[in-house]
Amino acid sequence: MKKITIITGHYGSGKTNFAVNQAIKLAQKGEKVTIVDFDIVNPYFRTADFVELFKENGVTLAASMYANTSLDIPAISFDIERMAYEPGYLIIDVGGDDAGAIGLGRYAEALSQYKDDLDMLYIINCYRYLTKDPSEALELMYEIEEVSKMKHTGIINNSNLGRETTEETVLHSIDYAQDIVEKAKLPLVGTVYRDDLCLSIPNGIPVKVYVKTVWED
Amino acid sequence: MKGNEALAEAAIRCGCKCFFGYPITPQTELSAYMAKRMEKSGGVFLQAESEIAAINMVLGAASTGVRAMTSSSSPGVSLKAEGISYMAGSDLPAVIINVQRGGPGLGSIQPAQSDYFQATKAMGHGDFHIMVYAPCSVQEMVDTVTLAFDKADQYRTPVMILADGLLGQMMEPVTFPEPKTDLPDKSDWAACGHENKREHHIINSLFLDAPLLEAKVLERFERYKAIEENETDAEVYMCDGAELVITAYGASARVAKSAVTKARNEGIKVGLFRPKTLWPFPVNELKEATKDAKNILDVEMSMGQMIYDVKLATECKIPTTFFGRTGGVIPTPAEVYDEIKKITGGAK
Repeated sequence: MKKITIITGHYGSGKTNFAVNQAIKLAQKGEKVTIVDFDIVNPYFRTADFVELFKENGVTLAASMYANTSLDIPAISFDIERMAYEPGYLIIDVGGDDAGAIGLGRYAEALSQYKDDLDMLYIINCYRYLTKDPSEALELMYEIEEVSKMKHTGIINNSNLGRETTEETVLHSIDYAQDIVEKAKLPLVGTVYRDDLCLSIPNGIPVKVYVKTVWED
Repeated sequence: MKGNEALAEAAIRCGCKCFFGYPITPQTELSAYMAKRMEKSGGVFLQAESEIAAINMVLGAASTGVRAMTSSSSPGVSLKAEGISYMAGSDLPAVIINVQRGGPGLGSIQPAQSDYFQATKAMGHGDFHIMVYAPCSVQEMVDTVTLAFDKADQYRTPVMILADGLLGQMMEPVTFPEPKTDLPDKSDWAACGHENKREHHIINSLFLDAPLLEAKVLERFERYKAIEENETDAEVYMCDGAELVITAYGASARVAKSAVTKARNEGIKVGLFRPKTLWPFPVNELKEATKDAKNILDVEMSMGQMIYDVKLATECKIPTTFFGRTGGVIPTPAEVYDEIKKITGGAK
């Protein structure tokens, strides 16, 4: 894994759950990790919800001082340039869609000096209504690149149906993902699946479900 | 799908051709989805200059007989109150969605259920009711949109879907109905152009003659009576033999259901009564569900608003206590479970 990982995608595609998993996995291997809640668009279901989990695992959380308050303004109150410069892994969980990635453009130049040590991953989920069609998923990917002034380096297939996800749900998405990576001319970095599913797929990434509602166990 | 998006897609599929809105957290994805999809489906999306403008655009569109909708969150819905009253006074069908957040005032942007009084008792000035549905899952939101448009047309009344920030923002798998093509004929009242072939149709809530207005209101209340008799709905969960019945709607019912299931597994005789319609309130259904109950516990994300309808329905014959969180704080299943134990004394 590279030093800096930027995670983008359609809102609700599972960016935050993937980002949290990556951060926890690295921390459990004893690595120094900082996770950035770069969602300046939507105040619900965000990285900053997992303060306690990060504390337990020794992950540093960088979030807007207004995250999880009622001040619904697009603000960044942390220093990404410094975090990129300091040793340790940096995972940046960007807000949904092109709207959520606009703020990232502010750091495009500063981050360009790390380009050999930086991955920008686009999360896809074939079950999300507005990105069901590979062409729609690609259109959004290019919109994100335009506003963030950065290029993706890989694609993560995170196709799922929440709790109703089965082995079949994941397997059914392989062709969709393949179609997108071929058209995007980018590598498929991995296919994500809930860790209790019995799956053996190339580049499979088992994850835990951290993002859930209060009544789910 | 995200709750807010599902509401929008469902509306398009049941023939909604006009959406007018104004952004506000936590319902903005609904407007954003409409902005992307409405034009492709041959309809009109317009971001109005304010909530007041949006509801009046809905009034205008509904007058022509098309299916129209607006959505907002608590403070924005307050701004729409005047327009909703005008629509009720003009017998216009439309769907209004409130993805509630904490209040009063600008309040908070987190989920709440503190607009129950507003929705069911006082959605504007004057003698009128609107129908209020309270879904509790993304799938039920989809189903409720279809129902809301049908009932709005059937009874010629504004219908509200009372959701909250949690339902609007959460993701759940959904199945959509096929797009609706057989929409009701409104040519006997809609202002859609008379072409000199018939009398004008007049859409109006102003009456210069008091007895005329009284007659109009009386006729409308005949329709309300039919709604109260025919349109109540509720989910009854494990209420058979329940000594304690929890009453809750929407997201707080999801929380309560978790607690009820846990308590039942431990042998505590508890059930859940979840109104799916808030006006009309399912009075008879609640009476039936509480026939064995010694206590009722009302759970809401407010300081206690639906509890008054619960007490009225049961004629205050069953001791009723309240547990709620407010201001955008969501109660947890553990908190509700503790309340259950407090009231029942645990398993016997």
